[in-house]
Amino acid sequence: MNIIFYILIVLSILIGAYTGKLQDVVNALTEGAELSVKVAFSLIGIMAFWLGIMQIAQKSGIIDGISKLLKPIAKVLFNDIPPDSPAVGDIAMNFTANAFGLSNAATPFGIKAMEELQKENKDKVSASDSMCLFLGMNTAGFQLIPTTVLAVLVGIGYKNPTEIIAPTMLVTCIAFTFAIIFSKIMQRLWKAQETKEVHNDKNS
Amino acid sequence: MIKILNLISLWALPAIILGVLTIAIHKKIPVYEEFITGAKDGFKVAVNIIPYLVAIIVAISMLRASGAIEMTAQLLAPVLEFCHVPADILPLTIVRSLSGSATLGIFSDIAHHLDPNSYAVKLAAIMVGSSETTFYVLSVYFGAVNIKKFRYAMLVGIMADIVGIISAILVCQMMFG
Repeated sequence: MNIIFYILIVLSILIGAYTGKLQDVVNALTEGAELSVKVAFSLIGIMAFWLGIMQIAQKSGIIDGISKLLKPIAKVLFNDIPPDSPAVGDIAMNFTANAFGLSNAATPFGIKAMEELQKENKDKVSASDSMCLFLGMNTAGFQLIPTTVLAVLVGIGYKNPTEIIAPTMLVTCIAFTFAIIFSKIMQRLWKAQETKEVHNDKNS
Repeated sequence: MIKILNLISLWALPAIILGVLTIAIHKKIPVYEEFITGAKDGFKVAVNIIPYLVAIIVAISMLRASGAIEMTAQLLAPVLEFCHVPADILPLTIVRSLSGSATLGIFSDIAHHLDPNSYAVKLAAIMVGSSETTFYVLSVYFGAVNIKKFRYAMLVGIMADIVGIISAILVCQMMFG
């Protein structure tokens, strides 16, 4: 992340200087900072609402129920947390909301899931394997109904908007499956790398 | 078909809310008190993610303003032409994992300026619908729990995006090409 952040900023400034858009780059800095706060604050209300509903769902045993139902799948995928962790229920809620294109409900569910995963995490500033897998699955954007896209297509007078649903689903499934498999491979490779580093540190 | 899908979209959230509240009342849970307890975290979470959002959104806004995306698009143009991908799609493939609002902006732009039933519009629609803004998801979710070392999460996200773009092109060619 440190290197990516550095490269993004340095590239922007160098390319901006090269294309003569340095002034725009500087303006973008101010606008970007402002936009971040706007995004965060626009989340407060809807986040509070869904976290409230999630609290009720938790207390009435719904989340635990979903977790139990998905235990066999969770055991295979998220193998560094206890299989009956409430995180599984939260993750399921997050995917359900995403699948129906309800992104403003999906975010609070996902954050709740991350909080539960964090409880099981040993190193609190470093992502656990379950977190990486969950985010990998999430960034693949599993979606059954691309609501925003459909709205735009209907708006421009596209003849048969529903015909894009099937190919979208197919593509999203491919990316989703790939994300899971790739996370699992990376989990192995990364662990091997990390143990090697620890070993080297001890030797030096 | 579209009516049924719209109906599902419309009813998904109300159904969740109705279901949760009804089950809770049935189990004699003090729903109002519990709601307030949970909702209190809303502000905390939103404020927690601000530093993470600032880092990622500022960096990406700067990159977009610098003209780097147009430059990459020019460099990649021959490759995509070789794969029979319309040039209008190019900025979309690059911006997709970086910024959600920019993606929607470019997509609306493509949709409004090209023939509504053209191949480019179909491919753009599939690309936008089938993927998620990777950098936003990473910064919000990790920000909420103060994770600073992402380990391999970003690599998985970016690789999944690339696989998504390639399969979108292939699937679109198979179905509409």
